[in-house]
Amino acid sequence: MTAAQATAPATAQAATRQATPRRTAWGVVRSVLYAVGLPLVLLAAWWVATADSESPFNPPLSEILATFGPTWFSGDSFADTRFVQDVLPSLGRLLVGYAIALVLGIGLGVLIGAVRPLRELAEPVLEFFRAIPPPVMVPVLMLFLGVGTSMRVFVIATGALWPILLNTVEGVRGLDPVLKDTARAFRFGRWGRVRRLMLPGASPQIVTGARQALSIAIILMVISEMFAARDGLGFSVVQFQRSFAVPEMWSGVIMLGLLGVLLSFVFRVATAAVLAWYHGYLRSQRGGA
Amino acid sequence: MSEGVAGVVEPAPPNAPGGYAARGRRPLAHRAVWLGTAGVVALLVVLQVVPSTGLVNPDYLPPTTEILAALADRVQTPEFWVALGDTLLTWVTGLAISVVAGVVLGVVIGMVPFLREATASTIEFLRPVPSVALIPIAVLLWGTGMQATLLLVVYASFWQVLVQVLAGVQDVDPVASDTARSYRFSVLARVRTLVWPTALPYVMTGLRLGAAVALILTVTGEMLIGTPGIGKLLAVARESGAVPSMYALVVVTGLLGVAVNLLARALEHRALFWHPSVRGEVAA
Repeated sequence: MTAAQATAPATAQAATRQATPRRTAWGVVRSVLYAVGLPLVLLAAWWVATADSESPFNPPLSEILATFGPTWFSGDSFADTRFVQDVLPSLGRLLVGYAIALVLGIGLGVLIGAVRPLRELAEPVLEFFRAIPPPVMVPVLMLFLGVGTSMRVFVIATGALWPILLNTVEGVRGLDPVLKDTARAFRFGRWGRVRRLMLPGASPQIVTGARQALSIAIILMVISEMFAARDGLGFSVVQFQRSFAVPEMWSGVIMLGLLGVLLSFVFRVATAAVLAWYHGYLRSQRGGA
Repeated sequence: MSEGVAGVVEPAPPNAPGGYAARGRRPLAHRAVWLGTAGVVALLVVLQVVPSTGLVNPDYLPPTTEILAALADRVQTPEFWVALGDTLLTWVTGLAISVVAGVVLGVVIGMVPFLREATASTIEFLRPVPSVALIPIAVLLWGTGMQATLLLVVYASFWQVLVQVLAGVQDVDPVASDTARSYRFSVLARVRTLVWPTALPYVMTGLRLGAAVALILTVTGEMLIGTPGIGKLLAVARESGAVPSMYALVVVTGLLGVAVNLLARALEHRALFWHPSVRGEVAA
């Protein structure tokens, strides 16, 4: 009796609990289908269209995929593989250059954004530097730094700097004046205002700038190596192209694509945490209106 | 998806510069012009003095006057103007293709929920693929022709436009959308009177971002692939060691970039004259 009594609500509960998972399970399946459907169709189309391609420029997808592993991951030891020799160093230069751009861009941006005369002094000059297509800085920096690692890191840093810098300036400039006055009234110190008012307040714009900067940094990583270098991912890809190693070249293009996708994914995860408050704020604004 | 765009969408809600800026705008704007000019002059002077005194090797960074002289030489040659024309042609063609394709596909995909869901993952995957990864393929297919550079330009700027248009179409007010439906607006009428005006600010943002990216990739393609244009002149100047000339061409690309930004902004202003974000500025 007691057992029956105890089980009755339990099963009812289990039933309702099951009902929701079943619906969400279908929801999950549906969204997975949506997510993989079109990519699979496209890949299949590529596969079929090139299946018996004789064109030297369009090798069959099966061949490209078959060369992907050997091209990047074969060697006497793992340390000898192209992945470790070329891809990881390129990635390292990208990250160092990008980090320099972030630190300089946000630091100078807060300074320029907060000090009005300084901003008015610097703005036209900064607009000009931002407007220079970053790739043209590759030959300029080559004069100073040769074709080594420092040139490539510098190219990435100087190219990625401007979007971050100008967006930070814009973000700090556009801070709500009430917030600024409040911080002043509460006698926040200079550093307190930077850390608790300017950086968080400008973070949506900073993230926007950082996102633009990331794609510019990737472009610069590749072309600084295509233009002048003896190693690196971009160099490898161009080398394959020049020696007409077409399947290897395609595998390099795919490698570059995967890197781009991976970096943008990491970026999104990293910034989702920084901007959690902002998305909540936007939602509440929309809901409230 | 919206997350990928949130920061770009304008106007940025929490700290959009409001009416406060209006206070005493006139004298301050005056000061901004004055200080801005001073900044430019200061930069030019520093760039003149630093190499002349030998702080930096003048072989690497020629004084401003030498760069300006090289620029003056360049603009007197017909090849410069031909190259400038080539660059502008590649840029405008690529941008036009991207904008038309981005707007049409964006509106179609954005208005059909099935398409939106089915393409979301593909768009998210293809968008971050760096367009310069396509350089080797472009070279194999088209050599140094304009199409090779166009491929890069279109690939890079198309996503900028598409993503903005998608965000814009999704921004349509649901009540207005239901109203249009209950009044039996045809699909075309809905696009024209409801979707397009809502999406236009986003389209303009996409156009502005796309225009800048397109210029970057145009010059990149010319430098690396050898498509005729300013970028190719620059690569040639580097190879022949004509350093002042190289700097002069860098300055030209910078001016081109400024012109592109100003043009895009002016277009945005003109197309959105009715939009609160633009009218607010004028009224203030």
